[in-house]
Amino acid sequence: MSETSADTRSVVVEREFPYAPEKLWRALTQPHLIEEWLMKSDFEPVVGHRFNLRGDWGGMLDCEVLALDPHKMLSYTWNHAHADAAFNLNSVVTFTLTPTATGTHLRMEQSGFRPDQKQAFGGARFGWEKFLANLEQVLARTD
Amino acid sequence: MQPRTDHVFKSLSDPTRRSLFERLCREGELTVWELTEDSGVSQPAVSKHLGQLKSAGLVRDRRHGRETHYSAEPKALKPLVDWLGFYAAFWRQKFDALEDLLRRMDQ
Repeated sequence: MSETSADTRSVVVEREFPYAPEKLWRALTQPHLIEEWLMKSDFEPVVGHRFNLRGDWGGMLDCEVLALDPHKMLSYTWNHAHADAAFNLNSVVTFTLTPTATGTHLRMEQSGFRPDQKQAFGGARFGWEKFLANLEQVLARTD
Repeated sequence: MQPRTDHVFKSLSDPTRRSLFERLCREGELTVWELTEDSGVSQPAVSKHLGQLKSAGLVRDRRHGRETHYSAEPKALKPLVDWLGFYAAFWRQKFDALEDLLRRMDQ
């Protein structure tokens, strides 16, 4: 997580849930629960643990737990290797849980996107690879 | 702009809508009838799909006489060919699933 280049961008999604941080923590760290909302995984709440997130479309993400602070923070790598390096994704996902009067504020930040990065995973996710490639050409023409 | 990304996402997750949209990108302006031919679905179904594509900002319509002509707005796709837009929509969808899971989990 030390390599933060000025050239990379992140995505932040935040939401407040009417449940205690402990409950959210379980959903974020227990494989059978992770599978229910995110993806199938062999996650273990141990720093340095390497695991995979597997999508139902056959795609796989390489992950490693970078940091965790029970009920407060969890961070892991979210990498997707591709035969063409231009499609490689090396990112870090960090969840931050903050208790509120009525529940928990959950913040997810995914960082490490390069502005020139091409998208492979998104296409794979929906079987859109060819579709998006065609549309990229259409977009290039309409600019 | 954010809610529209989700909307674009959902719109294009349907293969029939995807192929209608792709045809409009390829062939330019078409009427509902032209789009119904070779689509393998009924005209009311095509109209319904076009309505959904329209509300996602992916197509635009133009009335001419008794016919409605549709054309593609491929610019609406920008968020999908860009990782940031893709993941923003991806995580919001996953947060919906998380919310649903939390509701089902025993206290």
